[in-house]
Amino acid sequence: MIDTGGERTAISIEKPFSWREFFFQWEWMLVGVLFLVIIVNTLISPYFLSVNTFVRTPATFLDKGFIVLPMMFVMILGRIDISVGSTVALSAVIMAVMYNLGVPMPIAMAICILVGAAGGAINGLLQIKFKELSFVIVTLSTMIIYRGIAYIILGDQASGGFPEWYSLLGWGSVLGIPVISVFFAIAVVVFGLLLHKTTYGRATFGMGHNLASARHSGVNTDRVVFWVFLLNGLMAGVAALFLASRTGSVRPNVAVGYELEVIAMVALGGVSTNGGIGRVGGPVLAVFIIGFLSYGMGLANLQAPIVLVVIGLLLILSVLAHRIRFNKTTNKSRPGSVAVKADKNQMEVET
Amino acid sequence: MAIRRAGRAETLRELGLFVFIVLISVAVQVRNPAFLTLSNINSLLTNTAILAILAVGMMLVLITRGIDLSVGATIAFTGMVTALTIARMPQIHPLVALLEGTVLGVAIGMIIGLLVARFDVLPIIATLGMMNVVRGLTYVVSGGQWVSSYQMSTEFKAIATGRTLGVNNLIMIAVVIYIVAWFFINHTRTGRRIYAIGSNPEAAEISGLPKRRLILLVYSIMGGLAGLAGVLWVAKFASAQGNTAIGYELQVIAACILGGVSITGGVGKLSGLLLGTIMFGILSNALPLINVSPFWQQGIQGAVVLAAVLTNVLVKRNTERNALRRRAI
Repeated sequence: MIDTGGERTAISIEKPFSWREFFFQWEWMLVGVLFLVIIVNTLISPYFLSVNTFVRTPATFLDKGFIVLPMMFVMILGRIDISVGSTVALSAVIMAVMYNLGVPMPIAMAICILVGAAGGAINGLLQIKFKELSFVIVTLSTMIIYRGIAYIILGDQASGGFPEWYSLLGWGSVLGIPVISVFFAIAVVVFGLLLHKTTYGRATFGMGHNLASARHSGVNTDRVVFWVFLLNGLMAGVAALFLASRTGSVRPNVAVGYELEVIAMVALGGVSTNGGIGRVGGPVLAVFIIGFLSYGMGLANLQAPIVLVVIGLLLILSVLAHRIRFNKTTNKSRPGSVAVKADKNQMEVET
Repeated sequence: MAIRRAGRAETLRELGLFVFIVLISVAVQVRNPAFLTLSNINSLLTNTAILAILAVGMMLVLITRGIDLSVGATIAFTGMVTALTIARMPQIHPLVALLEGTVLGVAIGMIIGLLVARFDVLPIIATLGMMNVVRGLTYVVSGGQWVSSYQMSTEFKAIATGRTLGVNNLIMIAVVIYIVAWFFINHTRTGRRIYAIGSNPEAAEISGLPKRRLILLVYSIMGGLAGLAGVLWVAKFASAQGNTAIGYELQVIAACILGGVSITGGVGKLSGLLLGTIMFGILSNALPLINVSPFWQQGIQGAVVLAAVLTNVLVKRNTERNALRRRAI
């Protein structure tokens, strides 16, 4: 995934390969930051630098990675979904309650993913049926509602007692590699192909750049919005599976604040919050950066609140860095900015 | 003509909300006669006062097509810092405490405003980031400890429990803020400009309005009100904790939306806002009175918000369609 050079030549048909541009890529910066994080972690704790750390630690944070991938699509569309944390909680709660009502675990797991997908589909439907509403208000209200339903179902209780084999999903490993990492790798490949090699992915980029022109070019924009949000919810359901497997029991307040971490990872990964720009490698690297960063701060005995501060700052800083990277500010409301934006797009569609 | 018609639709909306409030009150009263007693109404208004204060700031932010998710965190931070100050120096005047919180809030608001106005960061991103930074800082300054009632001076707690002219201070403060806000947004040039940049940013900028400065101002006001609310919150509940007011921003936004403030900018009136907050106050006051489990509250509130938003859209579509039809003839 680090070697994005290959992808690049595949997409940029017209532009000749240039070493200069090859090295001035966001992803290289991320690789540098990742190394920096690892070095700092090593300085903090002598136990950090071991093969075991690099194999085992990702299992503690990869559940968020599953949401980062579809969130990348959402943000390339130029939208944001802040209901994912609540979706994770709702699907996990429903799965646990179903299981304890006597539904077989495999079916309960399928229900978990379906609930997530339904939650995402509702977000998508509301946006295509009520185009006047911004994505902010739609996902904000479903964020309240989904969490609210989780509370209605479970109150302040916990539900769990899952079968023995279910915990393997979060804790088990295949040939020394954690199961969750294997699944994550598969998901990265699938989403990478979906984003960079299919018309669906191209349509997503196109809509992020210019919704109207994408529609006029024959893209079924409603369908793309619907599927992007459905996928986002579906992957939140998948994340819920792994999260519940790791924690062993579920409460309605699980995954509070996931939306921040996920959005921060995507933004740090070089996806523009204005839409239209992004590559799969960046967010994947960012998952590991933020993951190892939080892990390292844990090693240094820093409390969770400081981790919050750092992630919040990272989100803001990476968005700011974007502004500087793409040359000053893109002020959409300024007259004449249309030309500037079109100009910029031509530059960036290929990169 | 069109303006008058839009105004009429708005009045109709407020009337509808008012009728709804009356209906709910009557229904609750039938179930539990303790609802419409003087003491309960007083406590209802006292509990709603902080929400109402915050809603004013949020309305301004929403009018400029922004959103502020950091409100809850700002309340917690300013409340915590003020409470710590009070715990160290019990002799300082309550007004100084109020000022301290407000100034801190304005500072936080200005940071957000700069991010949004100067660096064009999406409001939702900027405030989501700041929400976590500020929330984290709250835990850091307090060291994870609470400031409890016994550490606060009586004068400080009297901010929220005392009375002025026979009315609870919180209600008084809210009333004063509403009067000032009414004057500000209806009768000053800056106030009208805020509406202008919300309803049509391009036109406003071409007309030479200082868009960035106005946006900075709006977020600073929101921050200031949140800071003030933080002090009031701590004084009222006589405790400051790291997780104070977590998720409160959602209620504030919800109250605004119920009150007819449009999330797409440019629309919002104080009269509607007041009805929206009272409606929300009644919801959270009445639900426990009629034995609805507290775990239902969030779900019900969310559903009410979504319903309000969708009704807004449908009503607007309908009026627009009617207007077009009239023009065709």
